[in-house]
Amino acid sequence: MALDSHGKREFKQIGTRVARPDGIDKVTGRALYGADMSAPGMLVGRILRSPHAHARILRIDTSEAEAIPGVKAVVTGADFSIPDDAALADISVNVMARTKALYDGHAVAAVAATSAQAAKAALKAIKVEYEVLPHVTDVDAAMAPDAPVVQKGRSLESVPAGMGANVTHHCEFGHGDLEAGFARADKIVERSFKTAATHQGYIEPHACLATMNGDGRADLWCCTQGQYMVRTVCAGVLGIEASQLRVTASEIGGGFGGKTTVFIEPVALMLAKKSGKPVKIVMTRDEVFKATGPTVSTSIDVKIGMTKAGRITAGAATLRYSGGAFPNTTVDMGAQAAFAAYDLDAVRTVGWNILTNRPKESAYRAPGAPQAIYAVESVVDELCLALNLDPLDVRILNAARKGTKSSYGPTFDDIGLLATLEAAKAHPHYNTPLKPGQSRGVSCGFWFNFGGNTCVSLNINTDGTVGVTEGNPDIGGSRASISLMAAEELGVPYDKVRTIIADTASLGYNDVTDGSRVTFAVGLATIKAARDAIKKMCGRVAKIWGIDEDAVEWRDGAAHPAGPNAGKFPPMTLEEIAAISFETGGPIAGHYEVNADGAGVSFGVHLCDLEVDKETGQTTILRYTVFQDAGKAVHPDYVEGQMQGGAVQGIGWALNEEYIYGADGRLLNAGFLDYRIPVASDLPKIDTQILEIPNPGHPYGVRGVGETGIVPPLAAVSNAVSRAIDVRMHELPMSPPRVLKAIKAARG
Amino acid sequence: MVKVLLWGSLRTHTDGQAEVEVEARTFKEVLDRLAEAYPGLRPQIERGVSMAIDGRIYREAWFTEIKPDSEVVVMPYMTGG
Amino acid sequence: MSAITVSTTVNGDAVDFICQPDESLLDALRGRLGLTGAKEGCGTGDCGACSVTVNGRLVCSCLMLAAEAEGAEIGTVEGIAKGNALHPLQQSFLDHAGLQCGVCTPGILVAAKALLDRNPDPTDEEVRYWLAGNLCRCTGYDKIIRAVQSAAAQMRSA
Repeated sequence: MALDSHGKREFKQIGTRVARPDGIDKVTGRALYGADMSAPGMLVGRILRSPHAHARILRIDTSEAEAIPGVKAVVTGADFSIPDDAALADISVNVMARTKALYDGHAVAAVAATSAQAAKAALKAIKVEYEVLPHVTDVDAAMAPDAPVVQKGRSLESVPAGMGANVTHHCEFGHGDLEAGFARADKIVERSFKTAATHQGYIEPHACLATMNGDGRADLWCCTQGQYMVRTVCAGVLGIEASQLRVTASEIGGGFGGKTTVFIEPVALMLAKKSGKPVKIVMTRDEVFKATGPTVSTSIDVKIGMTKAGRITAGAATLRYSGGAFPNTTVDMGAQAAFAAYDLDAVRTVGWNILTNRPKESAYRAPGAPQAIYAVESVVDELCLALNLDPLDVRILNAARKGTKSSYGPTFDDIGLLATLEAAKAHPHYNTPLKPGQSRGVSCGFWFNFGGNTCVSLNINTDGTVGVTEGNPDIGGSRASISLMAAEELGVPYDKVRTIIADTASLGYNDVTDGSRVTFAVGLATIKAARDAIKKMCGRVAKIWGIDEDAVEWRDGAAHPAGPNAGKFPPMTLEEIAAISFETGGPIAGHYEVNADGAGVSFGVHLCDLEVDKETGQTTILRYTVFQDAGKAVHPDYVEGQMQGGAVQGIGWALNEEYIYGADGRLLNAGFLDYRIPVASDLPKIDTQILEIPNPGHPYGVRGVGETGIVPPLAAVSNAVSRAIDVRMHELPMSPPRVLKAIKAARG
Repeated sequence: MVKVLLWGSLRTHTDGQAEVEVEARTFKEVLDRLAEAYPGLRPQIERGVSMAIDGRIYREAWFTEIKPDSEVVVMPYMTGG
Repeated sequence: MSAITVSTTVNGDAVDFICQPDESLLDALRGRLGLTGAKEGCGTGDCGACSVTVNGRLVCSCLMLAAEAEGAEIGTVEGIAKGNALHPLQQSFLDHAGLQCGVCTPGILVAAKALLDRNPDPTDEEVRYWLAGNLCRCTGYDKIIRAVQSAAAQMRSA
């Protein structure tokens, strides 16, 4: 569906900063999150986890645990079958290990008991006999031919012969003649980078409450980014039919991609099945760090050639990603995104995925892109310094634009990068002189965005109010945006619309809340469902007036005769039509289902001013501004919120956050004290400038905004730090010891 | 016939060709013809691919129409967070 | 271990509950009293999502034993509004989009109220340092700081 053709639409409600419908519940403590639900007679579920990075499980003896008073069920890998589907099989093995523990924290058994105390005692009483195996946690070490093998036989057909057993995927993108491109360069910089695995760091640990009756009917309450995904995966892992399992998404306390899969839900269902009682599992923070989440850890080589005038002549990158102990193809996304911001004649990216003894990667906001773009933007910055060029001018000169053949293949349509770069150049931030000791970093960012499967029902209530039923957990204010779009299209006030998130039994399938898709795709489906309802209301009015349906049009919340030939009738409002709906044919509802395309790619530019304490290596961010194209900002508060939140997650990634493994392959910092996410006192204000370059793929021009914001900070901060200390940094995070080391190394 | 651009690592299954031609009028026909003509592509197609048609990226969209002069680029299946 | 009976005041009302000797105040509030507004984000006092006041002092309820609450006055997020009348901080968080997912919000509201009770006119820096023990992963804190300052200004002029 294309952007509505009637030119620039004058919105009455879109773009206003209305109150969110779930707001009062969330400021009064009433909102129910994953861990907040209880059921009569429910048991406490707990999971036993491997203390070894890599070990064969020789024997599990649960007899002592089962004998503890209050223990009602114990499960191990032996209770689960392995699904045929490879992706489901990996999830199944990840939620409960079978023959091997593949990382520190891998689940090996679980218990359900009448009290937390009994559950804890039962975990201690389970005896697991391990044969500890050699392990590998570093991506480069894991790629070596003689590295310990994490899983055998997992390489896809994409991997050329002769690679080590841990190499599971290979990809390559690009076009043009690299050699000729580099030959035209006046300056070539080639560098290698490493980025640590980071965690999404949502404040709400995974939690669920499961019941399963003797007849096989099951109910699951959980915090998730997608209740339908949970249903599909749990039904597949447990071998039950989708209709037997109803999943209700709780309010969700953050996800950022980390709640797009399951960890505890199949285990809770299995415990509920075995015990015949409801079972609640709530992860501890330690478990969240050890067994959920993290991003890929990476090792990346980048080579870029540039003319004296700042034109990039060629760009190449090799990306080595590890998403832990299970195969994944996230490197595809990084390899496609790496050079997406640039209009290049010659570009090539090569990607590898490598298994390590780390937890299974989960998506994290623009998965795979921040690392690749960090490496590219770092080299671009180094070239700008070497050639004495303005970093924004160079990006403007090379910016991808309409008609550019993108680095991943397709030709770009309308994209907002140039406008975003120019906005940054014109902004007071960029034009404020730096004080001594301060430095400024610049970076572009990119994400694909997508649409996906979406289903919306819209009910016209008999009192003239409206109910919207959608199926995507509201992770940051989306119910307000969806209500706004329904209100705008129907022409009724925002407060007449109530949007709810359906459980899996109440609405057709919806893809997970990810890919920055909700405001775009659910919004699109809501607008179309509203149009469906409008068509029905116009049909009713046509019958009342005795004229053709085509002769009735909808405007400002009412049916009107379409023109002078239609006859003279006073308009009928939605409220009036709703009030007599029983008499005119029954309830009125609109519906729409779609696999939405046309999400439109997204670009952002970040500016970062900072200073570095050269005695301690501590970096202080002084000023930060985010520029991003939102297509059309439906609720500007929450668009700004996405831009600010993404930026700060990226700042954390750049400066502090990392998975630190000991020589024994165990995670050393599985808690918020040692895995340090940014706190309020670390940060300045995060200024934002929303650009609105309408997305032709959405009726209101909406473009997803959720993910792009995390991409630019890595290089924006790194470029600023590198300029501040006059040493090019090429490893993240730039924690104080690492910065200090770089300063000392440069001093010799 | 439509020209279909493949990403680099798929070229090992198309005798090194970056661009191949298939007789297809829809998203699904492109994939079916590719899998028939180049069986080495089948595992990747079965795992899932996206397709950019005239710059717009589609994930699953069997009936999306493709014109003879459309720009068709096969891409990995898009995922997000 | 035998259970302990505890008599307290929660949000102004006298409350008795039974708890285990090793049970945290957070678990007792959530599990025994059904006050699930305070959240457990870490269980180690690092995230502040479980913030409550005990005799007027801001504490992480995950770090305090329930049994220690004997005779104490406890304040939780559920007690901040008076009936349906929101506290200016609550209204300000809604007006300034000071929450996205909202799971850190109960702790941040309790902590911010404790700050404004002591210091009605804090600088931005004072707000940022006071709230440094309350993690938020969604907002980047910008709108939280604005919301607190706006509420503070409104409360001063009231």
